[in-house]
Amino acid sequence: MSSIGTGYDLSVTTFSPDGRVFQIEYAAKAVDNSGTVIGIKCKDGIVLGVEKLISSKMMLAGSNRRIHSVHRHSGLAVAGLAADGRQIVARAKSEATNYEKTYGEPIPVKELADRVASYVHLCTLYWWLRPFGCGVILGGYDRDGPQLYMVEPSGISYRYFGAAMGKGRQAAKTEIEKLKLSEMTCREGVIEVAKIIYGVHDEAKDKAFELELSWVCDESNRQHQKVPDDLLNEAITAAKAALEEMDAD
Amino acid sequence: MELQLSMVDGSVCMKDSAKSEISSERTLYPYVTGTSIIGMKYKDGVILASDTAGSYGSTLRYKSVERIKQVGDHTLIGASGEISDFQEIMRYLDELILYDKMWDDGNSLGPKEVHNYLNRIMYNRRNKFNPLWNSLVLGGVKKGQKYLGTVNMIGTHYEDDHLATGFGNHLARPILRSEWREDLTFEEAVKLIEKCLLVLLYRDRSSINKFQIAKITDEGTTIFPPYALKTFWGFSHFQNPSKGAAGTW
Repeated sequence: MSSIGTGYDLSVTTFSPDGRVFQIEYAAKAVDNSGTVIGIKCKDGIVLGVEKLISSKMMLAGSNRRIHSVHRHSGLAVAGLAADGRQIVARAKSEATNYEKTYGEPIPVKELADRVASYVHLCTLYWWLRPFGCGVILGGYDRDGPQLYMVEPSGISYRYFGAAMGKGRQAAKTEIEKLKLSEMTCREGVIEVAKIIYGVHDEAKDKAFELELSWVCDESNRQHQKVPDDLLNEAITAAKAALEEMDAD
Repeated sequence: MELQLSMVDGSVCMKDSAKSEISSERTLYPYVTGTSIIGMKYKDGVILASDTAGSYGSTLRYKSVERIKQVGDHTLIGASGEISDFQEIMRYLDELILYDKMWDDGNSLGPKEVHNYLNRIMYNRRNKFNPLWNSLVLGGVKKGQKYLGTVNMIGTHYEDDHLATGFGNHLARPILRSEWREDLTFEEAVKLIEKCLLVLLYRDRSSINKFQIAKITDEGTTIFPPYALKTFWGFSHFQNPSKGAAGTW
């Protein structure tokens, strides 16, 4: 789907004759080339999962977190340029604490998604700023229940039942659509997300990866946290087993 | 001291802006205050106790003020002095703990760290002549290590095995100095604290007969619901107090 911008792609403040802003599309390419990031909304909460591609055997396991807590009740999973993602997380944290300081209640997830999207969009309006080279999946649990939003580098944000970004997003989306999310608890959802990520991971192109999983659900007391170690191990075992089953066919 | 030049009708007049700024921003006196806090270490952890009164000068205006609060997983804080400043301190500490939690790195701030942070805040405010008008007791347990410290509005801070603020310093500490032991059980510790609380109830006019005890151990924190102590007023000197007193007419 690559088309050459020739001359209309030099600045984010230039439209092409057919109404596209190429710089934003190029930013989206940075997201498409990163490890897969998935979010699903189960009946009692949200599960976020990241396929964290490991570039060096020297890296310590558990470092370079891709899923961050933004407040007690919500988390952000980042796809694309990690450093850009850090900026978005910092901004989201600041928006969340500011809202609570002013209004006395934790920021509603919808409001947080709006603010993150506005911020990302802001950086597509000026020639002296470049667009963020990362997309985020934001999951949170507030008074209106669990909610999942995805923000793209263009600043578009929609609410989803299931969302995926990164390399394996097409395959991941197909898998997510097969799931009956409204009947699933987060405990089951964690296993499913692990299976999907292991499933879409391309063994040939990228060697090693680390699975990062987090959830916000009734079981975690509506707090965003890393999935507990025993459940994480259970999920990884189930995912590897499912993979072997597929290979055996 | 800043001097501001303002042009009024073309003529220049000097305005001493510093004076008008300081007089509206300084804390001059407290309004709604809490009286003593008592804290002591015991065998399994630390106990804090206070009454639940908020005095408006000499009026006992608020009778259900919680003056002992939890800060993170490892610390309890009790405050005497201006209640609104205590609420502000809680805001600072809650934000500190939130950011610490969001790191999600397996570490959490212990009572010593919280005490140090609070001390910085109190001392810096005093240096700006705008103190947070409180005396605070911080107690906690982290990894088996018990901690009990105090800090007040001028930034003085120290640790000890048993502490008190306000009137407690004069009435409760002597009792604790003679009767405190390292290996008190929880029940013995409560009895000792109740002895101190009773003296304060009889002799401190800003205290009421409604007390709260809170304990913190390695297992967790418990803040008990308020309760009353039995008092005795049947002393012979209190019978017929005005007998033999010269009347007004």
